[in-house]
Amino acid sequence: MTDTANTIKHHVTDALLMAYSAGTLPEAFSLTIAAHVSMCDDCRARLGAFDTVGGALIEQGAAEDVASDSLAATMALIRAGGPKERPTPKPRPRVDGLPGPLQDYIGGGLDKVRWRHVGMGVKQAILPTSRDATARLLFIPAGAAVPDHGHGGTELTLVLQGAFVDEVDHFGPGDLEVANEDLDHTPIADIGADCICLAATDAPLRFRSMIPRLAQPFLRI
Amino acid sequence: MDVTSTNERRETENEDWVACIALIRDDRDEQAFARLFAHFAPRVKGFLMRSGSDTTQAEECTQEVMATLWQKAHLFDPTRATAATWIFTIARNRKIDALRRQKRPEPEDLPWGHEPEPDQADVLVLQQESHQLGEAIAALPDKQRVLIEKAYFGDLSHSEIADQTGLPLGTIKSRIRLALDRLRHEMK
Repeated sequence: MTDTANTIKHHVTDALLMAYSAGTLPEAFSLTIAAHVSMCDDCRARLGAFDTVGGALIEQGAAEDVASDSLAATMALIRAGGPKERPTPKPRPRVDGLPGPLQDYIGGGLDKVRWRHVGMGVKQAILPTSRDATARLLFIPAGAAVPDHGHGGTELTLVLQGAFVDEVDHFGPGDLEVANEDLDHTPIADIGADCICLAATDAPLRFRSMIPRLAQPFLRI
Repeated sequence: MDVTSTNERRETENEDWVACIALIRDDRDEQAFARLFAHFAPRVKGFLMRSGSDTTQAEECTQEVMATLWQKAHLFDPTRATAATWIFTIARNRKIDALRRQKRPEPEDLPWGHEPEPDQADVLVLQQESHQLGEAIAALPDKQRVLIEKAYFGDLSHSEIADQTGLPLGTIKSRIRLALDRLRHEMK
């Protein structure tokens, strides 16, 4: 059992989990949810429930006639070795507390992360995903704050190590905060330890003070 | 036909799909595969076409989905999913690869238990509860059902999906959660 499994308080919303099940989310959001589900059996079970909805839609949906040689063509495909398959995600040990899907994007553990300083001790690393949303790792030194910001779209923040507090609540390892345009917040890392998060956004953040706003185009935050 | 006998018929049918997948896994049974194919391939094709594929692409993807079912039969866990649910996840992944050309990172897989055969009572209850959910979806008011279909066919973005879906997911969620706990326990 994952060591965070019983302490997670903040979970994926139904809307995001349904969209993840349907496969319609931008890659950066899918990565964040796959990472949370890897750490949270409760959301894994909820995801299974949403997949069951998908199964029911397949079962009840309109059937389309397949080609007359469809079965024969499928058997031929199987005999020829089958379609190119993506590898099945295998269970593997956590490296630096990072769930498997995230290790894939980093290429290993935290020592493989190419951090860039963004000021006040905060570091970030943008992960390679499709451009309709951005996934970044954030390093916030113990007690430091990410500048006060609002969101044009949706921001998902998953705590990987340490913890942060904002106007909403306290977020520890495995907790996921879902912020939208209604929330302006200043996440502050817990004083006890440095905080490492995975954050995904589908629109640029809106900073409330001038300096980060001027720096924004260069930092891609 | 009254509701009870429809239920019974569906459950028998579904148990049969679980058995078919086991026959494919254990014996590479082509007749079992043909039965599954006759039922599911047209449904998968319909799903892909409603998700925006043209006929040619949907036909090709359907064959790939069904071939994947053959290849991955050993990964099917009937205590966590029905055949339809599992086939949905394969079709969804194929759809993302082929239509959206995006990646959808997946959660880590769970470690596998030592028991080769799952408990039949667990399998049966999961299948029954999945069918009850299916019936609840079919009984939803049209407007609500259309919204859910739109979400799964890719016609709604995540911000357009309501957090209150009105779907009765509690029972099936608890059932899958029990199966996960059992799996974790066996691994200890």
